[in-house]
Amino acid sequence: MINHETEVENKKAVFVDLQDVWVSYYKKWVLKSIYLKCYQGEIFGIVGPNGGGKSTLLKVILGLVRPQKGVVNLFGHKPDKHNRLEVGYLPQISKADRSFPVTVLDVVLMGLYNRLGFFKRPGNRSREVAMEMLSEINMADHAGKPFGNLSGGQQQRVHIARALASKPKLLVLDEPSTGVDSVAQEDFYELLVKFRDEMNISVIMVSHDIGVITAHADRIACLNLQIHYHGEPDPCFEPEIMQKLYGKDLNVMVHDSKCVTCFKKHEHND
Amino acid sequence: MAGIILSPVLAVVSFFVVLRRLSFVGVGVAHSAFGGIALGFLLGISPTLTAIAFAIAVSNAIGYISRHGRLSADTAIGIFFALAMALGVIFIGMSDQYNVDLFGYLFGNILAITGEDLITIALLGGLVLISIFLLFKELLFVSFDREVALVSGIPVAFLDHFFLTILAVSVVISMKIVGIILVSALLVIPGAAASQITDRYIPMIATAIAIALISTVGGLMFSYYADLASGATIVTLSSIIFFILFIVGKFRK
Repeated sequence: MINHETEVENKKAVFVDLQDVWVSYYKKWVLKSIYLKCYQGEIFGIVGPNGGGKSTLLKVILGLVRPQKGVVNLFGHKPDKHNRLEVGYLPQISKADRSFPVTVLDVVLMGLYNRLGFFKRPGNRSREVAMEMLSEINMADHAGKPFGNLSGGQQQRVHIARALASKPKLLVLDEPSTGVDSVAQEDFYELLVKFRDEMNISVIMVSHDIGVITAHADRIACLNLQIHYHGEPDPCFEPEIMQKLYGKDLNVMVHDSKCVTCFKKHEHND
Repeated sequence: MAGIILSPVLAVVSFFVVLRRLSFVGVGVAHSAFGGIALGFLLGISPTLTAIAFAIAVSNAIGYISRHGRLSADTAIGIFFALAMALGVIFIGMSDQYNVDLFGYLFGNILAITGEDLITIALLGGLVLISIFLLFKELLFVSFDREVALVSGIPVAFLDHFFLTILAVSVVISMKIVGIILVSALLVIPGAAASQITDRYIPMIATAIAIALISTVGGLMFSYYADLASGATIVTLSSIIFFILFIVGKFRK
């Protein structure tokens, strides 16, 4: 595995690099000795149970939480205000207020605020960029609509457009499948792949939903305080790793062709 | 006159108060101004000055505690609100000037507004409006999604304290008209009423300003002719407008 990593490293830039990162909240470790690398142009999934440290890990990558121990590099530097500008961030859908008085276009424009600087207002140029982003996600027709009237899936696509408007190198997604129906989810992940290919950006997403992560990520990490697996999607379903992640009482977590634990259970029953 | 200057200030501030769900912070800050006024009387200096200092200190303390401590904002408000009122009562007790125009500060007395007050209101009100105008897009972004704003490099903590300071200043300059007890209503109602009938921010702010103007000017005129308390009339009128727009909004959906 180490050989494999050096091989990939030679070809592509390392966007995120964590080495022996430890984080504690109120004297309790939430991340223990995390090693993690994410390369340019890959979709990297982090999967694990709730409370397993996924959100904390994202905050560490963004530099919003400082680890007690370890080294964090974002695009080769310590994460700060400046290289954070190269990151597009998507929160969980449910957090945005549905009755907030902005249009779809206004939301996309927000993605450009950090480039505009204080006191300046978005002008025609910004509007053009925002409209371009909306056409990319096939939602140019919705530009003038109130953001709150959109479905969860549409809102998520608008958030993608917002995050991509400032032309980031890395997209960070927190639980992207929350509040989005499965058809919309498929569209959403297709968009991610499209943007990865067109703009050569990387995507880091965390989710407790193994099915979603394994189906769409190029490489994954399984996280429950520690990283239990780091590599290609499939082996995460080894019962041993699943147990470390979710405990012994695990039954069916996901149900697709890759679901090893689920298979075994079925064999048992039949 | 003072009402006309204050209306846009209150309307714009209320727009953000409603969006950021800070109504109760407004109530807490308004009451904390009482402690400041009492201190001003005790020290024999301008109560407006001490009220502004008190309100700014309390609003920022509420912001700080709710961000850094293990307390929610409403717990912090509950503590400071009571503390500032208690200090006010103590200060009043210590000063030898009894029954100064406290009632005027509590419930508002438009007739007690001096030319000097008017200048203060115009200056500070203008300052509030200009600073909101300049930082409007950042304030809007933070209100929409704090987390995303933070990640994209918007100075969220600074803007929080900036807005709390503005809120405090707006409370103090409005209190002579509507009073400490009622001013928080005007920091909520224009924005809340406007949000019932429009879902875009520019029309919403414009509507809020119109509502604030109609309530203050209309309320003052009515209170003068009907010989009613000015602050109470203004707040009642603005509430009536809110209920009308609430019903209109329901029918349009």
